[in-house]
Amino acid sequence: MLSTADLTALLLTLKLAAISTLILLILGTPVAWWLAKSRWRFKFVVEAAVALPLVLPPTVLGFYLLLVFSPAGSIGGAYTALFGQSLAFSFSGLVIGSVIYSMPFVIQPLQNAFSSIGQRPLEVAATLGASRWDTFISIVLPLAKPGFLSAGILGFAHTLGEFGVVMIIGGNIPGETQVASIAIYEHVESMQIAQAHWLAVTLLVISFVLLMLVYAVNRRSGSNVMRV
Amino acid sequence: MSINFSFRQQHGEFDLELDHAIPGDGITAVFGPSGSGKTSLLRLIAGLDTVPDGRISYGVQQWQDESVFLETRLRDVGYVFQEPSLFEHLSVHENLAYAVKRASNKRDSKTQSAVYISYEHAVKLTQIETLLERDSASLSGGEKQRVAIARALCASPRVLLMDEPLAALDRESKQRILALIPVLSRDLSMPIVYVSHALDEVARIADHLLLIRSGRVLGSGDAQTMLTELDYPLAQSADAESLVEAVVAEHDTAFNLTYLDSKIGRFSVAKQTLSIGENVRLMLAARDVSITKDRQSGTSILNIFAAQVDAVVDTNASQVTVKLMSNGVPLLARITKKSASSLGLVTGDSVFLQAKSVALL
Repeated sequence: MLSTADLTALLLTLKLAAISTLILLILGTPVAWWLAKSRWRFKFVVEAAVALPLVLPPTVLGFYLLLVFSPAGSIGGAYTALFGQSLAFSFSGLVIGSVIYSMPFVIQPLQNAFSSIGQRPLEVAATLGASRWDTFISIVLPLAKPGFLSAGILGFAHTLGEFGVVMIIGGNIPGETQVASIAIYEHVESMQIAQAHWLAVTLLVISFVLLMLVYAVNRRSGSNVMRV
Repeated sequence: MSINFSFRQQHGEFDLELDHAIPGDGITAVFGPSGSGKTSLLRLIAGLDTVPDGRISYGVQQWQDESVFLETRLRDVGYVFQEPSLFEHLSVHENLAYAVKRASNKRDSKTQSAVYISYEHAVKLTQIETLLERDSASLSGGEKQRVAIARALCASPRVLLMDEPLAALDRESKQRILALIPVLSRDLSMPIVYVSHALDEVARIADHLLLIRSGRVLGSGDAQTMLTELDYPLAQSADAESLVEAVVAEHDTAFNLTYLDSKIGRFSVAKQTLSIGENVRLMLAARDVSITKDRQSGTSILNIFAAQVDAVVDTNASQVTVKLMSNGVPLLARITKKSASSLGLVTGDSVFLQAKSVALL
């Protein structure tokens, strides 16, 4: 059975994934739109930067974040001055780390969804008197709905599986930074194999169900928004 | 109110030099081969594309000049694209409602033109009453295109731009929409700019013709004249044809014929389901018109009319094109050089033309 500590770790993981995904959907939408529409010559630089977390060892990302978060660093220092606590080894720090770590999993499906809409529906809307903002709300958002679903689910699922980044910038503080993957690692380290099993199976089932949802959404919309 | 435009752009291999006016009434067909710049012109008129230093005005409204660029959404145009571009997440009714809701956005406060085409009117004109509750993705190509036209009308534009709207459709849908376009133009007194490279479509619906080739305007004028003008490529093409406006005069039940009166005389055609007094357009293919010096008596051909030779020009190694005038109506005949020589045709000759077949458009 899952212990209270395991449940706390699981709930913390879900909370982290939910908040990170929400932030990514909000921040990622304009970025994905720009990537889908821009004809800027050096767009590929931005695209590569967005994709970087796909290939970078999480420890590298974690290492640099730790430097930035440290109270001696500019961002970490400003945060400490404002809130009286350190960004490193805090839940807020984990959220920032997760947002960067899961960025390509949200932005790329959105970018693909926006690209596949094409220019024509936007032109039609313009000839019918719709402003750009109106067009985005009334045409782009509904047509990109499967893309948003995929992006949300993938971002969420990917954050659930985060380990290396958390390990470095979060540590292992129960209720604050001890997420499920870290708790499993702890159990294994201390030979609590049954406990590890329970948490592992829970994560496995959640992840599998989420991925099934992504593929079901893709199938229904007939598009291939999951080209990450 | 005419549309005046001037667009110039040197763009690699493609030079655009379009400087002309489109009449503010009737149907103007922008005709030319693929890649000649027809669609570019239409997109520039709508403001979907832009070239530096372009100028375009519609009546008193300046859409683009040195200091102004009116966005597409504010221009008084409706646009029907080549492929039916319905919003597939909306039903047919919702597609139309989308345009109705935003129709007032287009109204320029300076010109105060009112929303004047109602939803019901647009639906009726395009004959889509039975489609309203349908899913837009479930419609056939022709149905989608009729809905797209209705949607464009729902925005209450003053000018309707159509970019080869029939290119992707089957024959039956084409005929249905071709019949509908002149009705729209008349009923709403709306100028329509119709881009096409299909001569049969143009001959059927155009009042005016704007010929475009390689990004330049070759010429413009009323369709009847332009089709038969020997200086333009249409009259020299293999499908050269002449237009004759006619009125249904009477039906002959004994021989199953319909008689049509025109300026050049009475045509006999196979019996049609048309009412007496109805206006129709006849098309005479130049290759189906022959010329005789005297009126033939022992012939099976019914449609024989008196005419004068206006000009004779070489078309290819063996054929000439003869332009004839019959009571002010220009007509073309494509005959062999040998026939022209043995008839001794010269300008001003009185002759008779025989039309082997007549197409009712």
